[in-house]
Amino acid sequence: MPLTVVLVGTRKGCFILESDTDRRDWKVRGPYCEGWPVYHAVHDADSGAIYAAAASEWHGAGVWRSTDLGETWELSSEGLAYDDGGQKLSKVSGLTVAHGRILAGAENAGIFESRDGAKTWSLLSTLDGMPGRENWNDPKNQPPGHLGLPAILPHPDDASRFWAVVQGIGIFETTDDGASWTPRNKGLRADWPLENPEVGYCVHKLVMSPLDTQRLYQQNHVGMHRSDDGGNQWVEITEGLPSEFGFAAATHPHDKETFYVIPLDPSRVMPEGRASVWRTRDAGSTWQRLDDGLPQRDAHLGVLREGMAIDALDVPGVYFGTSTGQVFASANEGDSWTEIASYLPAISSVEVAVID
Amino acid sequence: MADVHLPGTLPPLFRDLPRRVDVDAATVDEAIARLDERWPGLRDRLCASRTELRPHIHVYVDRERAALDTALAAGSRLDVIAAITGG
Repeated sequence: MPLTVVLVGTRKGCFILESDTDRRDWKVRGPYCEGWPVYHAVHDADSGAIYAAAASEWHGAGVWRSTDLGETWELSSEGLAYDDGGQKLSKVSGLTVAHGRILAGAENAGIFESRDGAKTWSLLSTLDGMPGRENWNDPKNQPPGHLGLPAILPHPDDASRFWAVVQGIGIFETTDDGASWTPRNKGLRADWPLENPEVGYCVHKLVMSPLDTQRLYQQNHVGMHRSDDGGNQWVEITEGLPSEFGFAAATHPHDKETFYVIPLDPSRVMPEGRASVWRTRDAGSTWQRLDDGLPQRDAHLGVLREGMAIDALDVPGVYFGTSTGQVFASANEGDSWTEIASYLPAISSVEVAVID
Repeated sequence: MADVHLPGTLPPLFRDLPRRVDVDAATVDEAIARLDERWPGLRDRLCASRTELRPHIHVYVDRERAALDTALAAGSRLDVIAAITGG
């Protein structure tokens, strides 16, 4: 019987939620990873392993791995470092598994790769040569809090081509495995002055339709955007949403016109204390509010950039986790929702896998 | 031989690592290096670089606050503390 497995990264470890493919009854396991803050936990469909990017205030950053669906875990940070005397690596966050390797985004901004199942790592790129790169590590030039590289979007057919998101700077594409990069921010809006219009955009989440590698969507600090040409040009599709701000986004596995976002108000919680997910079925021309089963009073829920996921079953399930520790799931494309975990620590990430 | 006491957060990360270990070393740095030889990766959990401890890792030699270059005598007690942080 196939298992539906939801991996939840939280401020106090990784949790695993399990169900069958009906996705009605759920079992919660955890916490794992010794209670370390887990920023992103992912499943490798090829090897069956789980990887969890984490950083302990005491013991630094590393990636946990489990080859038995969470029963046992090992930690490694071998190679996850910039040269001594150079930049500090304070955190690894976004993990991407593709083409037989794992890519990890780091703070300060850089990309590390592992080709041995997260046992050892090597630095792949720090995006040198991009406009303003020499100033990215200067604290006075950084957006509040962080300047890291939280996400990497792989190309499904080309291992050497992928996109990287740098916080407060924008999207960059490489077609030669990180040797060179091109900013991909044309058409984005910025409500602040830009010294160079190629960069300076606050991209929160970048996703690709699994049916069309040209079709990308992004939620950024000031709106939803779509690209129909692999990120070369962006158009804004915010109209119809209750807020231009948000973090999470997810694409439908069987329809490239359909995707999901969770608008937040500027204080990073759902507007008016009423929980909702928003769906478009026409690539952002119109939006539908989805709230059946979600709390509609005093629900000041936040959802972070890796906080929503969608499975690839015939009728896809949608999942999101909140900064107050609830996980909500829909087994019918978002039409109705149930709360499948209620009292987890603050949630950083949600990913889902269906395992035979 | 120094008497090394490790924080409780460390043994779960390394197979068979006890809270208390006898180590033959002349400095704190050497003691951590000896532990890293037996439990590879341990140094990275305690040190931010070749010359610095991690910010919330404190060490004491014979109950005095110490640093990586602090000398250890025969019979010294080395306490490695995960300082209380956060919530």
